[in-house]
Amino acid sequence: MLRYAVIMNEILKNSLRSGPDGRGRFGEFGGRFVAETLMPLILELETAYEAAKADPRFQAEIDYYLKHYVGRPSAMWFAERLTKHLGGAKIYFKRDELNHTGAHKINNCIGQILLAKRMGKTRIIAETGAGQHGVATATVCALFGLPCTIYMGAVDVERQKPNVFRMKLLGAEIVPVKSGAGTLKDAMNDAMRDWVANVKDTFYIIGTAAGPHPYPAMVRDFQCVIGEEAKWQMQEAEGRLPDVAIAAIGGGSNAIGLFHPFLDDTSVRLIGVEAAGHGLESGEHAASLSMGRPGVLHGNRTYLLQTEDGQILEAHSISAGLDYPGIGPEHSWLHDIGRVEYVSIEDEEALTAFQLCTKTEGIIPALEPAHALAHVMKLAPTLAPDKIILMNLCGRGDKDIFTVAAHLGFDL
Amino acid sequence: MSRIKGTFAALRAEGRAALIPFVEAFDPDRATSLALLTGMAEHGADIIEIGVPFTDPMADGPIIQAAGRRALNAGATLHGVLGIVRDFRKGNDKTPLVLMGYLNPILSYGVAEFTRDAALAGVDGLIVVDLPTEEADLLLPDAATHGLDFIRLIAPTTSDERLPKVLAGSSGFVYYVSITGITGTRTASAEDLARDIPRIRRATDLPIAVGFGVRTPEQAATVAKYADAAIVASALIEKLTLSDVAAVLGDVAALANGIRHAVKVAA
Repeated sequence: MLRYAVIMNEILKNSLRSGPDGRGRFGEFGGRFVAETLMPLILELETAYEAAKADPRFQAEIDYYLKHYVGRPSAMWFAERLTKHLGGAKIYFKRDELNHTGAHKINNCIGQILLAKRMGKTRIIAETGAGQHGVATATVCALFGLPCTIYMGAVDVERQKPNVFRMKLLGAEIVPVKSGAGTLKDAMNDAMRDWVANVKDTFYIIGTAAGPHPYPAMVRDFQCVIGEEAKWQMQEAEGRLPDVAIAAIGGGSNAIGLFHPFLDDTSVRLIGVEAAGHGLESGEHAASLSMGRPGVLHGNRTYLLQTEDGQILEAHSISAGLDYPGIGPEHSWLHDIGRVEYVSIEDEEALTAFQLCTKTEGIIPALEPAHALAHVMKLAPTLAPDKIILMNLCGRGDKDIFTVAAHLGFDL
Repeated sequence: MSRIKGTFAALRAEGRAALIPFVEAFDPDRATSLALLTGMAEHGADIIEIGVPFTDPMADGPIIQAAGRRALNAGATLHGVLGIVRDFRKGNDKTPLVLMGYLNPILSYGVAEFTRDAALAGVDGLIVVDLPTEEADLLLPDAATHGLDFIRLIAPTTSDERLPKVLAGSSGFVYYVSITGITGTRTASAEDLARDIPRIRRATDLPIAVGFGVRTPEQAATVAKYADAAIVASALIEKLTLSDVAAVLGDVAALANGIRHAVKVAA
């Protein structure tokens, strides 16, 4: 019995799931790099989150909303026609695009708004790129009756009009951000500025697994429901774990949600797909891990696209949700220790995957998971038919039809 | 004695507060910045704060954001900023210079190399906005090795319990961010300062400088009643965009005059 306890302790100690440490770090990544004005809030948030995590009522509340409002568990679908088409490994989709609001983002928003309520906050702010996180935030704010301001890059406001209109319908105030390149990075800057100016009543719902500690850990925890469900669903469907799990990465919240429950299952190969935009050599991409180096932005130390002088570069991707020059700090760590492989997919490849998925499976994916799917298209044919690939289909593509139409030469 | 310490000691003997104007380096070009630094020292600046341009200045309002963009377009780099400091020091060995910026350019430069080069160039102190006390061990030891003052930000949200932790290892002066907000937006009232400054005084012997939202000679005089220095940034940057170096220097002289006529409230 004692020996068992010793072994269990050893396993727990060696778990890849035990991060971050007391300073909010995953290895050398993460941390809390914010101005002093925000620091007391970050610490208050950490304390509140730790208390909530330990409170079974908080978890029960999350479970209630995830089940009855979001519609979890999301289905896991054997993509049989796609599997046949590609002629290799069996392909399963974790269908987080079936969630209420059409993406995985709502998982995190439910968790954070319940925390905001526990903390007595009366106003919500958020940043958004593709608008999925903005829509999810505006949705939970409507549900809980809290006023909400969403910062969105002016460029993204233009290319994600349907989501902008959705957010407005839901009662959110949209602030188009014109600073910088007018995309996700700049929206996050302005959300932080709002927060600094409204520290007393405002809760900042960050949408990705980045930002100052405790956000990367908190967002991950709220998104882990994806991987946890997929694990038992795969057990039910195949009686075993998948051989490969694949997800797209902008900041990395859907990917960490899928990967984290599998981190200690060493038989499962984990692959994160960054956006290569017009190609890694073109300089117009969003592949922070492939082409960046560690630095500090938005409150955490992580891989960043930056100049030699430490100025942050603009990212590029056809997918507004992947258009970010950084990545969540836990991914940086998983990259450096080699537990997760990170690859990249170009705009054109994602567009091809978008169309293939639509035609073979009758599912219009968002451009973000279309990147993951493009890598599945490369990988599946190289694997034996008894191998299993699990891909996170983290969002639906309705929001992207205008972008795709423009690229395919259709005038809507 | 460090230049900053010496300056405050002399001002205390004079019985007045310091004026700390701000120059965003390379806004809109290198020559203008050098002219501003040199001119400000001659027009009543006691210490000068130099903004190091960064693409993502999260604590700054629209005015300093725009200045940073102009500066980066003009080719600003951290190496370039140190170059300006070296040129300034050729003609001025007296006025303390404080660099204010964000961590990432310093990390790219290399912390050890940067602190060494900054000290050699004639920089006296550092303010790193996104380096809270919890992460300060990244920079503090190297800054100390090279004799650079490590100036900490204190905010209205910094509690009494937290103050000693934030002040640990700080030197030169303390920068009180007098509002909860970004630079160049709101202004703290005399009542705010009368309440907040004594709270910080109880926790430190370092001089207290007040920044964020100080724009006019009257506001500078109000700050000077309670604190040891007034920092003026956005108003001067705005003046530069609307007018020229001479107009900015005129404002600096007026601000210095405002401070010299302030009646000190006993600490």
